[in-house]
Amino acid sequence: MTPHELAERPSASAEGTGRLAPEGEGRLATVTAVRAVVTFVEQVLTIAWAETRKLRRDPTEVFTRSVQPVLWLGIFGVVMSRARAIPTGPVGYLDFMVPGILAQSVLFVAIFYGISLIWERDLGILHKYLASPAYRGALVAGKAASAGVRALAQAVIVGILAMFMGAHLRLSPLPLAGALLFIVLGAAVFSTFSLAIACLVKTRERFMGIGQVLTMPLFFASNAIYPLSLMPRWLQVLSRGNPLTYQVDALRALMVQGGRAVIGCGVDLAVELGTLLILVIVAARLYPTAIN
Amino acid sequence: MSREGALHFQPDSKSGKSDAAIETNDLTRRFGPLTAVDGLTLFVPRGTIFGLVGPNGAGKSTTLKMLTTLLPPSAGRARVAGMDLAKNPREVRRRIGYVPQLVSAEGALTAYENLMVFARLYDVPRGERRDLIRQALELIGLKDSANVVVKRYSGGMIRRLEIAQAVLHRPGVLFLDEPTVGLDPVARRVIWEHVRELRARFGTTVLLTTHYMEEADELCDSVAILHLGKVAALGSPAQLRAQVAEGATLDEAFAYFTGNTMESGGTYRDTARTRRTAKRLS
Repeated sequence: MTPHELAERPSASAEGTGRLAPEGEGRLATVTAVRAVVTFVEQVLTIAWAETRKLRRDPTEVFTRSVQPVLWLGIFGVVMSRARAIPTGPVGYLDFMVPGILAQSVLFVAIFYGISLIWERDLGILHKYLASPAYRGALVAGKAASAGVRALAQAVIVGILAMFMGAHLRLSPLPLAGALLFIVLGAAVFSTFSLAIACLVKTRERFMGIGQVLTMPLFFASNAIYPLSLMPRWLQVLSRGNPLTYQVDALRALMVQGGRAVIGCGVDLAVELGTLLILVIVAARLYPTAIN
Repeated sequence: MSREGALHFQPDSKSGKSDAAIETNDLTRRFGPLTAVDGLTLFVPRGTIFGLVGPNGAGKSTTLKMLTTLLPPSAGRARVAGMDLAKNPREVRRRIGYVPQLVSAEGALTAYENLMVFARLYDVPRGERRDLIRQALELIGLKDSANVVVKRYSGGMIRRLEIAQAVLHRPGVLFLDEPTVGLDPVARRVIWEHVRELRARFGTTVLLTTHYMEEADELCDSVAILHLGKVAALGSPAQLRAQVAEGATLDEAFAYFTGNTMESGGTYRDTARTRRTAKRLS
């Protein structure tokens, strides 16, 4: 096959659609749409696949990032369990806290994920991705999935350490799969948010500053370490606008023995998916501007 | 544009098909009050190696960014690989390969993995991927280092890998932004050889930007000297030299057409980037 034949192939098939009889058009539009979705998904998986390769070669970050959650669980969790200051219903405080701390460690991975975009921009990698025919949305969703991969590795370590500390976690397959899904979703939501910020601020210094400013408010304005019912009204309102709250809510039901979702897993899932969709669309719009 | 007319074939208006790999018409890009590229009209026939030369700030990079769909033009039109840039950017992207000036291979991946990522992103059919990757690695002389992490590569090897990545899907047009910046003379010659071979084997049209007059002289069939966003001179390296004086170098031709030396221009950011790239590659 000559280069020109190979290069011309996509347009040849596009011309083919035009020549078909009208009754074939509807079906063909469906086929084209399905093919676009398959391509999109494959592009997302490709970028996530590259991330797993990188992670396998250099997993240091996953371990160093586990130190902080362990301190939260091992010190804050243990002391607060003794104080019995926070009403957590039938589950103990440590059990109550594990999903929150897990979500927090995922949040910290994800909220700084945009720095990789700035790094790739400075190197020139981003230019090459943007000059490829890959969908912009797929490039963003691929990054989100990559953050999900990192978050999963992180969550497994924190989860295992939590069990060593005596947390009572559910390990049956279905809830576990659900919990992993929410971990990936949480990472995807906050990493996409982070990517959008990176597209806007463009420099490492400004980005790090904004990341630092965001993490603690997102963490404290959520149900991660205390229940919604304990919060003053204004904080409850803020927490209800925070995707972290919905992630933690679902994780409590799915991970903890005897744990339950205050908001409900269905609503949690809908909010996470909806937020992700909006953020991917926004970030995909901003993505090409990152290089200028 | 009489010089252009004398040098190149004009598109065959009767058949509607053009010999152009790249055709721009009044292509313009403004950044606020600054006009980085000012009414650029170029015609690059298929199968040529075309050089854009000029000091930093002449508009080379902006032109390249527009032609690779990374930056929308403020005015004017362009066709790349037979496709309209504004109407059909995705189809343009399918048909071109692009090697940015900065390092664009992923250091934490192997050459094979780097190529696989791009084979997938360019929709190379599953059954053809391995074969195309193997061919690309052979062509560019990296077969034995295919499974080495790119961090361990030399600058010349990284550039070769990047070129392999950019031609994996056999594009009709290949864009190279300062392909040999920061490379030693030997590595530079190797890159030139590969560019020539690509053209010879696949008829690939190559558009490259360069600071090095020697590179333009050795490699390019035609050269456009850009100055303040406009074409200051256009022709084969020999023609450009002849227009200045007998026995003139291309450097002298450049100074003649721009009233400038190569050193001028460039912002802090450009300089920092170029040096960083040079450092990474050496």
